[in-house]
Amino acid sequence: MVQSLDRLKESASQTAGPYVHIGCTPNYCGIEGVYAEDLGKHMVDADTKGERIRIVGRVFDGVGTPLKDALVEIWQADADGLYPSPGETRGKADPNFSGFGRSPGDMATGEFVFETIKPGKVPFKDGRLQAPHVTLWIVARGINIGLHTRMYFGDEAAANEADPILSRIEHRSRVPTLIAARSEENGVPTYRHDISLQGENETIFFDI
Amino acid sequence: MSGGSFYQRDRTWHPPAFTPGYKTSVTRSPQKALIALDNTLSEMTGPVFGHDMIGELDNDLIRNFAKDGEPIGQRIIVHGRVLDEDGRGVPGALVEFWQANGGGRYRHKKETYLAPLDPNFGGCGRTITADDGSYRFRTIKPGPYPWPNGVNDWRPAHIHFSIFGLGFAQRLITQMYFEGDPLIWQCPIVATIPDRAAVERLVAPLDMANTVPMDARAYKFDIVLRGRRSTMFENRMEGN
Repeated sequence: MVQSLDRLKESASQTAGPYVHIGCTPNYCGIEGVYAEDLGKHMVDADTKGERIRIVGRVFDGVGTPLKDALVEIWQADADGLYPSPGETRGKADPNFSGFGRSPGDMATGEFVFETIKPGKVPFKDGRLQAPHVTLWIVARGINIGLHTRMYFGDEAAANEADPILSRIEHRSRVPTLIAARSEENGVPTYRHDISLQGENETIFFDI
Repeated sequence: MSGGSFYQRDRTWHPPAFTPGYKTSVTRSPQKALIALDNTLSEMTGPVFGHDMIGELDNDLIRNFAKDGEPIGQRIIVHGRVLDEDGRGVPGALVEFWQANGGGRYRHKKETYLAPLDPNFGGCGRTITADDGSYRFRTIKPGPYPWPNGVNDWRPAHIHFSIFGLGFAQRLITQMYFEGDPLIWQCPIVATIPDRAAVERLVAPLDMANTVPMDARAYKFDIVLRGRRSTMFENRMEGN
């Protein structure tokens, strides 16, 4: 026998359930007057640096039906590639940018929306630059543990090609599931990014 | 608390994605393997929320939605600590919680259970952990409720928890159950967790020492987030 390492085990995950909005976006589901505003609704203000963009999409199940009860969160760097986090040691991030967004899927269509800015490049462990990306975390009824994925930008082909994570994915046909096409919608640069939980075009999910 | 990448998640301890006893997981579980990604800055950093965001009644579900009285049900205090796997308190962590009312009814448009809403109960709250990782809130003990999974499945009384640590890789949503509830061991959602010891860690014991006599009982619920490695900068050890 040897000594115990005396580490605790992480608390086990459980599904967020169908009523996740009560706790995470109460104003959205009609519980008003408790919080002034739902957390993660506004990521930018008038002084935020960078190109304003919109990220929209839906989450599909294995039958091709959009989830209408998913909650999507994103985390991203500012326009200079700095994270507004105490763990950021390279400099001070834009004080007018939250980096964090939270969107409930629309109850009728399932569409999630983020009004944000295009992030700058963030270094990989070895100093190479990662392509601009947004980290997503998805929870819903039927999802037992939150799913981590990333969204890359379709108009950053050269950076995506050199990205240390994208470039080491073995099944090249799966890489496009992480890349969103850019279009113009109502005058706003928009990246449409649908997520497929299961099946033929299943989105790549990471164990981070 | 600052430092390197987070300890790898033990995915034999967490529920797997595909758990057919919980029917909705069948079409919402990825079939391909997760791709392992040693943490970069994108995973090691995460949003941190200030205490100034929290309203005075945010951690008091007995009063934060009260209209013309107080909600009906068993008044309880839920408290505990947010820790990392090395047993250190996690300060500044945002903890959000939500639940049904004393009769098992959620305040949500899509909820159709025939038990009535309580006009004085909303069901959401939040707080930020103190320097030692501790948190507490006051609420009504939620009732169990039926759900359309099997023909006669009932959820045990539970409170949902959403926790932010200091890195986005620590993000966690879980559920707290109550000591002694016989429904825990019949629930298909609880049963998604393969290891009984992992389930027991989600069951909050009655904590008589923290009750308020003639007012509220108390339950203690500790939450453990992922720990993280030390980072070496030149010859200096960080994070220990």
